[in-house]
Amino acid sequence: MNEIGKILLFMVSCVLTNNYIFSRFLGCCPFLGVSNKVETAAGMGIAVTFVMAIASLFTKLLYDLVLVPLQLEYLNTISFIIVIASLVQLVEMFIKKTSPSLYRALGIYLPLITTNCAVLGVTILNINSGYNLFYSILNGTFGALGFLLAIVLMAGVRERLETSKVPQCLKGFSGSLIIAGLMAVAFMGFSGLGN
Amino acid sequence: MPKNKSLSSVFMNGIITENPTLRLVLGTCPTIASTTSAVNAVGMGAAATFVLVGSNVVISLLRNIIPDKVRIPAFIAVICTFVTIVQMLMQAFFDELYQSLGVFIPLIVVNCIILARAEAFASKNGVLASAVDGIGMGCGFTLAITVIAIIREIIGNGTVFGINIFGAGYEPMLLMILAPGGFLVFGGVLAISNLITERVKAKKKDEKGVIHA
Amino acid sequence: MKLYLSTAPHIRSEADTHVLMRDVLIALLPTTVAGIYYFGLSAAMVIAVSIVSCVLFEYLWQRMTKQPVRIYDLSAAVTGLILGLNLPSTAPWWMPVVGALLAIVITKQLFGGIGDNFLNPALLARAVLLASWPARMTGATAYALPTCWSGADAVTSATPLAGYEASTLDLFLGNIPGSIGEVCKAAILLGLIYLLVRKVITWRIPITFLAVFALLSALVGQNVLDELLMGGVLFGAVFMATDYTTSPMNPRGQFIYAALCGILVCVIRNFGAYPEGVTYAILIGNIVTPLIDKYDKPRLYGRLKEQKKEGTVNA
Repeated sequence: MNEIGKILLFMVSCVLTNNYIFSRFLGCCPFLGVSNKVETAAGMGIAVTFVMAIASLFTKLLYDLVLVPLQLEYLNTISFIIVIASLVQLVEMFIKKTSPSLYRALGIYLPLITTNCAVLGVTILNINSGYNLFYSILNGTFGALGFLLAIVLMAGVRERLETSKVPQCLKGFSGSLIIAGLMAVAFMGFSGLGN
Repeated sequence: MPKNKSLSSVFMNGIITENPTLRLVLGTCPTIASTTSAVNAVGMGAAATFVLVGSNVVISLLRNIIPDKVRIPAFIAVICTFVTIVQMLMQAFFDELYQSLGVFIPLIVVNCIILARAEAFASKNGVLASAVDGIGMGCGFTLAITVIAIIREIIGNGTVFGINIFGAGYEPMLLMILAPGGFLVFGGVLAISNLITERVKAKKKDEKGVIHA
Repeated sequence: MKLYLSTAPHIRSEADTHVLMRDVLIALLPTTVAGIYYFGLSAAMVIAVSIVSCVLFEYLWQRMTKQPVRIYDLSAAVTGLILGLNLPSTAPWWMPVVGALLAIVITKQLFGGIGDNFLNPALLARAVLLASWPARMTGATAYALPTCWSGADAVTSATPLAGYEASTLDLFLGNIPGSIGEVCKAAILLGLIYLLVRKVITWRIPITFLAVFALLSALVGQNVLDELLMGGVLFGAVFMATDYTTSPMNPRGQFIYAALCGILVCVIRNFGAYPEGVTYAILIGNIVTPLIDKYDKPRLYGRLKEQKKEGTVNA
């Protein structure tokens, strides 16, 4: 029971307290770039969740089973990025084969994920924080769900502000950054949850 | 000296016309993460510049050898190598800085500025021009994030490069060095830079209009 | 009720806004008077600085951006008053000024002015001030004791949410330390009744908010009555969660929004790092509001279902 409680708290802290966007600022490029429509934002978020969960599993296995025994820990960055890039390709082909409808929905976002620093970030953080395999996968999955939540909420706000009289110099990235800043203020309320 | 002129324009391109942070808005994550203090920003800027120059030079040298189909993985491998070098150098000589920038040093790999310059410039230009482009882009990035960091540090901590400027009576606005402050100040600086660009454009248009009339 | 009839973005004239805002100001009057009664002249100063700077920032911004000046619609004054009531009476003069800048310029005008802000301006300002100067905003160093306070343990007790003991009657009347506007529940209830009678707001948001919060507090084993009377939950539910611009338009959406706020207050109070979660809970509610409105549109001629199906096939 105690262990289950710990796991639940860890999940909550991954999604809300240590939100990848609002408190760790990882993955800001897609967060700002692909958040003008709720539907596309959700597609991006789901694709990231997919890749981040699998990437956490594979990189952790790679690190523990290959890099550590060979004393090649310093190669983690380069090996992880290769794993992620090939995973994105594999996931793309796999989804294309098994579920064409899902592929149509996610297809265009998948290649973008390689350069999403949240994916590489989560794999490196898994190692740096000393999580075991189970917690690494949890961190990847629920961290990505936090990203999904953030990007969908952001898209909702941006859709709403589409018709408002925003000054010219605040259209585009600058305005989005300020929206993100204000949302991050609200997310500070979650601090301390799950820790 | 047309060649010199083109080199200087390549250099200025990175600082003003295509400033990676303020004009192209690439590399948002390291911008927000490393601007909590001016020292961090300069450190991040120097690390990124080193990687940028190194990868630009190597990719420019290899540009006729790398097959087109595998160029992106090859670029990433080159960039990764330089990032690993920076990581080790920083750990050895600037451990405190390395600790405070944390995961964002290895993440220079996925900093879009570097891959973008490899693809858009280094793979098409000579070694010298690519090196200058790397320096220009690196300086542009460093300048922009240092400006953001100075603003955040002054308001959020009352200091510049760690030197207290307001005296003991000032109560710093803590939020500015927390995550929301990063988004807000970056957004504000970007908005001001947009405003200046708009004004400059409008002025140029006006001047042209006068000449034509 | 007529205010909720239309579903399109409500376009109101300045005159309409003026009447509405005047009603809100009247509803806030008992709370303001009670706050000044309990905390004295310093509370009046905080409120005055807050209102003046909000109106001034609104005026300056509208002049600077060459818009028509609309300070007579009273919306900036309402924001200023609510911001002032959200501060402790010990706040130094610059705190309401910084708060006003955050509320009026950054939260409201940057996104297009009245009706276009996606967060409640006064709340955002409070959240930023709280994160920036925590010791000045809450706790023993910030909350002055009411001038007619009669508690036994005057020195060690800080905020009603941090193990403070007061009789239920004191909690209800406001004879406790706290932010200027949140202490006197009797005055807030008077304001609520006025807003309901004048049909400025409906019962849905405040009552759902409080009911869900009370239910959850009971579930986690708290004293429900004390939880309701402590901190800013009543003030938030009545005056801040009900802001038109930042809360959902339709009844069903309002229930969801208010329930979410209630849940979050309980979660943050009981499990989070902050003793009080009302500010953050309503801000999160504000952020979710655009999504609620998006998926809670009334169906037109019952055709929306078919259109949706087509849409998925095409995608």
